[in-house]
Amino acid sequence: MRIGVPRETRARETRVAATPTTVGKLLALGYDVVIESGAGAAASFPDEAYAEAGATVGTADDAWQADVVLRVNAPSTGEIPRLRDGATLISLLSPALNPDLVDALAARPITVLAMDAVPRISRAQSLDVLSSMANIAGYRAVIEAAHTFGRFFTGQVTAAGKVPPAKVLVVGAGVAGLAAIGAASSLGAIVRATDVRPEVAEQVRSLGGEYVAVPAAEAQVSTDGYAREMSEDFNRRAAEMYAEQARDVDIIITTALIPGRPAPRLITEEMVASMRSGSVIVDMAAAQGGNVAGSVPDEIVVTANGVSIIGYTDLPGRLPAQASQLYGQNLVSLMTLLTPGKDGELMLDFEDVVQRAITVVRAGEKTWPPPPVQVSAAPAPAAAAPVTAEPPPPPEPPSPSRRLALVGLGAAVLFLITAFSPNELIQHFTVFALAVVVGFYVIGHVHHALHTPLMSVTNAISGIIVVGALLQIGHDDAVVTALAFVAVLVASINVFGGFAVTRRMLGMFTRS
Amino acid sequence: MTATTAASAAYIVAALLFILSLAGLSKHETAKAGNAYGMAGMAIALVATIGLAARNASTVGIVLLAVAMVVGAAIGLSRAARVEMTGMPELIAILHSFVGLAAVLVGWNGYLSVEAQASEGSGAPGQTEVAGNLLGIHSAEVVIGVFIGAVTFTGSIVAFLKLSGRIKSNPLMLPAHNLLNLGALVVFAVLTVVFVIEPNLLALSAVTLVALALGWHLVASIGGGDMPVVVSMLNSYSGWAAAASGFLLGNDLLIVTGALVGSSGAYLSYIMCKAMNRSFISVIAGGFGNEGSISDDRDYGEHTEISAEDTADLLRAARTVVITPGYGMAVAQAQSAVAELTRHLREKGVDVRFGIHPVAGRLPGHMNVLLAEAKVPYDIVLEMDEINDDLADTDVVLVIGANDTVNPAATEDPSSPIAGMPVLRVWEAANVVVFKRSMSTGYAGVQNPLFFRENSRMLFGDARERVEDILRAL
Repeated sequence: MRIGVPRETRARETRVAATPTTVGKLLALGYDVVIESGAGAAASFPDEAYAEAGATVGTADDAWQADVVLRVNAPSTGEIPRLRDGATLISLLSPALNPDLVDALAARPITVLAMDAVPRISRAQSLDVLSSMANIAGYRAVIEAAHTFGRFFTGQVTAAGKVPPAKVLVVGAGVAGLAAIGAASSLGAIVRATDVRPEVAEQVRSLGGEYVAVPAAEAQVSTDGYAREMSEDFNRRAAEMYAEQARDVDIIITTALIPGRPAPRLITEEMVASMRSGSVIVDMAAAQGGNVAGSVPDEIVVTANGVSIIGYTDLPGRLPAQASQLYGQNLVSLMTLLTPGKDGELMLDFEDVVQRAITVVRAGEKTWPPPPVQVSAAPAPAAAAPVTAEPPPPPEPPSPSRRLALVGLGAAVLFLITAFSPNELIQHFTVFALAVVVGFYVIGHVHHALHTPLMSVTNAISGIIVVGALLQIGHDDAVVTALAFVAVLVASINVFGGFAVTRRMLGMFTRS
Repeated sequence: MTATTAASAAYIVAALLFILSLAGLSKHETAKAGNAYGMAGMAIALVATIGLAARNASTVGIVLLAVAMVVGAAIGLSRAARVEMTGMPELIAILHSFVGLAAVLVGWNGYLSVEAQASEGSGAPGQTEVAGNLLGIHSAEVVIGVFIGAVTFTGSIVAFLKLSGRIKSNPLMLPAHNLLNLGALVVFAVLTVVFVIEPNLLALSAVTLVALALGWHLVASIGGGDMPVVVSMLNSYSGWAAAASGFLLGNDLLIVTGALVGSSGAYLSYIMCKAMNRSFISVIAGGFGNEGSISDDRDYGEHTEISAEDTADLLRAARTVVITPGYGMAVAQAQSAVAELTRHLREKGVDVRFGIHPVAGRLPGHMNVLLAEAKVPYDIVLEMDEINDDLADTDVVLVIGANDTVNPAATEDPSSPIAGMPVLRVWEAANVVVFKRSMSTGYAGVQNPLFFRENSRMLFGDARERVEDILRAL
């Protein structure tokens, strides 16, 4: 089958649905690939690079008339008729927000797959466009903030004086938030992050951020991997926390989104007004109404007190080559799933929850919304979280009284044995008991790395049994002498072999 | 000063040198000196004993003695010089069997030179004459010495065969195998009483046979992954066997040495058991397999594969790397390639360290020896407890041939058979690459959810070849 990649027509779109690298992978799946001339230009992928990778460079019609059309953005109303009958269209669609578009697509005898409807299960991770784009957006948000911010991120002590590090607050520790935390902390800023889901605290810390919890917050354990709306009391306490942070930090990056709803308003006008002049806010939810009062989509607004509010909605597109590569790789993963035979034949399997969930239209029949997906990944972490916090209790140590009883019993037995023994045996017992104790103390301090040499040296030492055999070898009885001979022989192997091999091993240990 | 007191003095010096030897082994800096103390102690003990024995032995006896020692020394030294470090567990196991065998022979000799002659009423004057009232104790010592020695002997042989792959390492599951073991102990107790009352060849032979069978069965019913415990347990037994011989011969040096070795084996067994969160009894009673089969049709999701080239890219970008090797590294003989990779990354300024689980490998400390052989500096080889808290700040963890020791189910799934076992928390690292032959389960037979984690990548194939591929890609 033939895959077509038309140029993106939406204003300011820089991404493209295939890169020379992903073209190679699509070809390996058995498909032919045709790229509209100039499709990758905005992402710095010239036509020659595609041709070199094995794709055909053609006209817009060539690309639209392919069996499978890969796009970044949904087609405009004018573009839908360009698809041929029976074609498959794969792109970002937001089907829940665009019912008219879904209806328009369903009017054609085509199949439409929405890349942004991939369920959040671990198996579908490699197809998850939202994650890969959010990752880029989070990084870019920090870069935009640094660009606008008039100072260093990292603290420095220079000949010209001391520079304090910038303080960054990241609101929402989803994929974008975590990417922002990582980027900001590697630039050297002090990074704080907050999220309604306390279980992300560990991830925040792992990226170098400091987790700021909402005081006495009700815990929200996420069951579907996304955040939900919170109660009023919670929101009030959260607002107090945001207000306090706003006075302190230099940069705020907000990433709070709730699927299918307008973005929650977290940073109010008063909070913005309380920030120092020169501070920067990046509102990554500007397209969905904004987390920040006064943010305008796709613009930088400078408030009266000198705070810049960045409302760019095309953050992933500002890294066009990277975004295209990741999106293209997501598409390759999907095509791999859809091409079980690796023979260039696309097979849609409705038994597979992932394929079912992303199918918006199948052969002209509307299949949206899909039945709810049993999100297999969610219950596992949810169940795991409380367990990790509270590890299974260790096996009960024997109660003190029981232990005392055992020690007492041992002492009594030892006493009885010794008391009824002849003198000579008592002497040996004394030596034995003391040697056991000494042994335990000496060996208890052996370094773990030396356990094997310890074993081989004790092995050699236990060859001391040769002493017993030596004393018997001169016996008159031939049988005794013969047995002693064998005993001396095997014990000697132990003595010499054990020490020699220990020496050899210890010689290997070197320090760097 | 008589020859006897001189020998006794030498024995005390030797015993102290042995203690110093074990103490020296507690640190890398003093380990070589420790070994030298041990050799010195052994030399002193041998010279003293030979001097003592030479006084009343015939020329034939002395010649035999010299021949036995020279032949034994030659075999021992040549084995020691040639053994592969991956073959250490086998060597140690077979050496244990020698101690066991020697203890059995010494015990039999004790019977033949004392009880047998006493019962014949010969009353011939000899250096092993025992006063009548001590004869019963002597008999008991003979039986106990022979019993422990025989269990050690066959147990070590089975361990050797299992470790060297000459027999399958699956646990042998006879019906009522615990009862068999208990029965053997009861038979042993009865026979001891019989022998003490009426020393005879038949009873001693029966004890020897029962003990040989018990040793065989005991180790045969323990699976391969529990071998570290088995080997250190046999180490302990060999010590107790030597101590029992010491009681038999009235020789304090043997008692002290035997007790030292017995303690060391017991302590190592304890460490191993603690590292598996299992009791000594449950290890001895058999492998994980008999705790009920694990029906496991849970959906863990899908694992993600990675190529050697992509792993090289990951490593190139990493600042901190931790390698957690397991028995699979020894099987694939990958230690040199791993060491080469380590050197390469360290030269590039990557912080590479090793995390060793106490039960990794088939011998306590086995991984350390393998890495030392491959010239990995020992100060970057850390124990589980030393590295566990750093794993969360690690960029890449390479899991090479380990499975159960990095299984998150141990901490997260209370229903798992390995729940509560301390494990290396590799899943906290940013990226985990698991080197594995296939998706099969580890020794405990438990599926490892680590393989299906988002930050885990599987690199299938022979560990050594894959590591070499990565080196080439770097």
